[in-house]
Amino acid sequence: MIRSFDKRWRRARMGALAIGAALALFFCQMLLAQADDANISIDNFAFAPAVLTVKPGATVTFENHDDIPHLVVAVDGKYRSKALDTNDKFSIAFDKPGEYAYFCGLHPHMKGKIIVAP
Amino acid sequence: MAQDENKGIDRRHALECMIWAGTGVLWTLAGGVPKSALLGSAQAAETGFSFLQISDSHVGFDKPANPNALGTLQEAIGKIVAMPAKPAFMIHTGDITHLSKPKQFDDADQVIGQARLDVHYVPGEHDIIDETQGKAYLDRYGKNAKGAGWYAFDQAGVHFIGLVNVVDLKAGGMGNLGADQLAWLADDLKGKSASTPIVVFAHIPLWTIAPEWGWGTEDSAQALALLARFGSVTVLNGHIHQLMQKVEGNVTFHTARSTAFPQPAPGTAPAPGPMLVPAGDLRGLLGVRSVTFQQGVKDLAVTDISLAP
Ligand SMILES: [Cu+2]
Repeated sequence: MIRSFDKRWRRARMGALAIGAALALFFCQMLLAQADDANISIDNFAFAPAVLTVKPGATVTFENHDDIPHLVVAVDGKYRSKALDTNDKFSIAFDKPGEYAYFCGLHPHMKGKIIVAP
Repeated sequence: MAQDENKGIDRRHALECMIWAGTGVLWTLAGGVPKSALLGSAQAAETGFSFLQISDSHVGFDKPANPNALGTLQEAIGKIVAMPAKPAFMIHTGDITHLSKPKQFDDADQVIGQARLDVHYVPGEHDIIDETQGKAYLDRYGKNAKGAGWYAFDQAGVHFIGLVNVVDLKAGGMGNLGADQLAWLADDLKGKSASTPIVVFAHIPLWTIAPEWGWGTEDSAQALALLARFGSVTVLNGHIHQLMQKVEGNVTFHTARSTAFPQPAPGTAPAPGPMLVPAGDLRGLLGVRSVTFQQGVKDLAVTDISLAP
């Protein structure tokens, strides 16, 4: 009776530890993600910031605040968002260091650059 | 000639010009100097015709600058239906829809169809942002078109050319015609007499109005070089949602009003885009256009009609 209670208690404690560790890992990842990810706002037919520097692995999210759709296209042709209507978002991750130029596929005078550097 | 009934000639004259009636006064602009000529109705009926231009209907747009773009398109078509003389056809210089959605195309077709006119379309950049980047537009309007939707047709001796300058846009650039379309244009114009009146229509202006806003076409000079030998060239565009004119040699350029919302004049705002105006002012800044051709007169008569009651 006492032994079996002891066993159950130990099992429960182990479980709590495992959950605690998982939670800690989760929050750490969230913090890391927050530190690395970045946003680019589209206002008045311009990307802001027009030049953005992020660390490898960062996810960059574009959000359109204009009354007119915009469309994010990589100059090297590697990605192309769908048309972003008002308040629509588009996210893309950058793994390798380098400079990534992009523009608006609808209003090509709108240009920007993402610099990925460790 | 370009006359806005609000400035320029008065409304009665504008209407006479538009409907080509009786001894209507035809206003033309030759070498930048407006002149008028009296016309007999019989002569006019035999040797001229008129057509309409509508542009930038942005069906589906519902933002503060105009919460009901389909409604103002309906009003524009109402103006056309009420015209006393039936035009030969209509051109739509693009941005039919706001987001290339099937419902938006359907709504536009339903309302524009009430004019009971043949409509010749060219796409705006808003018409080719479906998943397939323009297939929806071509399936609907591109049956007789080449490439991304360009084509030509003739009406009573006038050669009409619909061009597409909204695809394959390059970073940092403006509108784009591209080598394939320019080659097609050269071929289309080959063998045409220099006395053939030419009307070119495309969405983005074919002359540079505001490069910082992308209001121009990168390779338009190559198209204009092909047109240089013709004695009468009229270029009709949309995209900038306001009236602008320019005469350069034998070429007269006109941009049209939108039926949906106005945009600021270059230099008056930090960016282009829908311009919010007092509700009572909106319809005065929207409109449709009537263009009249008369045999033997170099410049086509262009009359802009606002949606103001
Ligand atoms: Cu854009």
